[in-house]
Amino acid sequence: MIPVGWYLILGAVLFLIGALGFFIKRNMIALLLSIEIMLNAVNLTFVAFSVQHAQISGQVFVFFVLVVAASEAAVGLALVIAIFRNRESLNVDRSNLLKW
Amino acid sequence: MMQTIFFVFAAVAVGAAINVLVQKHVMYSALSLILMLTAVSVLFILLRADFLAVIQVIIYAGAIMVLFVFVIMLLNLPQDEDGADRLWWLKFLGIPLGLFFLFLVIATLWNVESSVDTRAGISGSAGAIGHSLFTDFLLPFEATSLLILIALMGAVVFAKKDL
Repeated sequence: MIPVGWYLILGAVLFLIGALGFFIKRNMIALLLSIEIMLNAVNLTFVAFSVQHAQISGQVFVFFVLVVAASEAAVGLALVIAIFRNRESLNVDRSNLLKW
Repeated sequence: MMQTIFFVFAAVAVGAAINVLVQKHVMYSALSLILMLTAVSVLFILLRADFLAVIQVIIYAGAIMVLFVFVIMLLNLPQDEDGADRLWWLKFLGIPLGLFFLFLVIATLWNVESSVDTRAGISGSAGAIGHSLFTDFLLPFEATSLLILIALMGAVVFAKKDL
């Protein structure tokens, strides 16, 4: 048997990698990919807790997280296309018109 | 046997996730992320969440990542662009802070009772999830359809050249 704690620690490590990627990458699409890593780590944690407590609701929440991830990817990639059309670059440091 | 499968696919997931960050070109990052999603779906099967494992492969690796790859190929990105990197020192600050965050999370998880046999758990079949979805979570499920509709319209509005 596999203890639930191993899944939780794996989820924490994956979430850390995603968060790290969100802060050190500068490409806008790479940031979206890092968000997907973080969402997947949370999904893994949800399923592990769902199995531990023998309740199906954790897996239903994973379904909702999946829906949010899909809509986030659609809107985010549309924004990426719009920004690339205007600026010819996806570096987040260059999109700083609202910054002073 | 189960532990071997767990360790192999956990290592694949972590390695592929690190590879997403290491690669210079976004295309290789996206392909590496597909590998990570597949490894996580194997872990879902180990947790007996069969429906979510299938959904993970079909929707995540099959639909969302195809969208990513499609946009990356559509935009014809330059190889790497880190010229105007004004916050370069964040990389060196981020890694120790990230490790501290990992330490905090694991220290919290250490107290979680983890001596539960995952084989004797519930089965996450499509029937069980569907029953819960259409009884207890009916209102969030309907709200989900609204969210998808709004995201669809938002994507069209943002990506259209001149409205």
